[in-house]
Amino acid sequence: MQIAPADFDPLFAALADHTRRDIVRRAISAEEGVLELANHYPMSFAAVQKHVAVLERAGLITKQRIGRRRVVRTNLEALLVARRLLDQYEELWRARIDRMNELIAESDGAIDTVETKGSKR
Amino acid sequence: MTVTAVRKDPHRLTLTVEAEFDASVERIWQLWADPRKLERWWGPPTYPATFTKHDLAPGGRIEYHMTGAAGDQPHGYWDVLDVEPPRRILLRGGIANADGTPNKETPISTIRVSIEEVAQGRTRMSIENVFPSTEAMEQVLAMGTEEGQSQAVSQIDAILAEEIIQR
Repeated sequence: MQIAPADFDPLFAALADHTRRDIVRRAISAEEGVLELANHYPMSFAAVQKHVAVLERAGLITKQRIGRRRVVRTNLEALLVARRLLDQYEELWRARIDRMNELIAESDGAIDTVETKGSKR
Repeated sequence: MTVTAVRKDPHRLTLTVEAEFDASVERIWQLWADPRKLERWWGPPTYPATFTKHDLAPGGRIEYHMTGAAGDQPHGYWDVLDVEPPRRILLRGGIANADGTPNKETPISTIRVSIEEVAQGRTRMSIENVFPSTEAMEQVLAMGTEEGQSQAVSQIDAILAEEIIQR
């Protein structure tokens, strides 16, 4: 059985980088734009911009207009809620598939009974 | 254990579950096509389902309710968008009022079922669930369970604090 962790790749890969985790942390308060964020790191604006783009693609942050500014806002909460709900939904379907199996096994038994024991009646 | 794959996409709010059964395509199809079979697996033992309408044809409609120990009866419905016996079903639906009419204040989700033979007497079923919102998921889950909680910012910090995954 394989439960594909690969599906979370965009999320986990985005969070696998120290700078990106730091951006996500800072963006929880949604006060800074990309330019301000870039001042925190010893790297070029373009490099920070790339990190922000990765996070944006993973759905971890969004850019939001506040007045004339565009601030970066963390969206992690929504994703975590979605993930937890999907986990619960998976459990729901696993339980259903277990019941399907029981049902199939049951009708297998019924067929066996007819075929192997039917003649004894 | 017959579940062979689970794919979750928290961005698109999609869950796909694949399972394989030692049974023919026709028998797996009957799990959906026969309402008496369907109601034996749809709801958990604590919330058994009763299908009161089951027209599994394009444009048809399926209506059901589940019954809790306390006598509560959440209702649900599916509009049958597409059917191709014994391989494909596309359903769209959600929560219904007690009279079976759709509850218009609650969101609609879709289920796509695919059934195919992978070997003689072995059948794969794939079920794709697509939700319009996390609220929709919460509401569906609330039918037959008592779950559905939101997440605190402190928990986000906890997750960020874990030095998550280096591949």
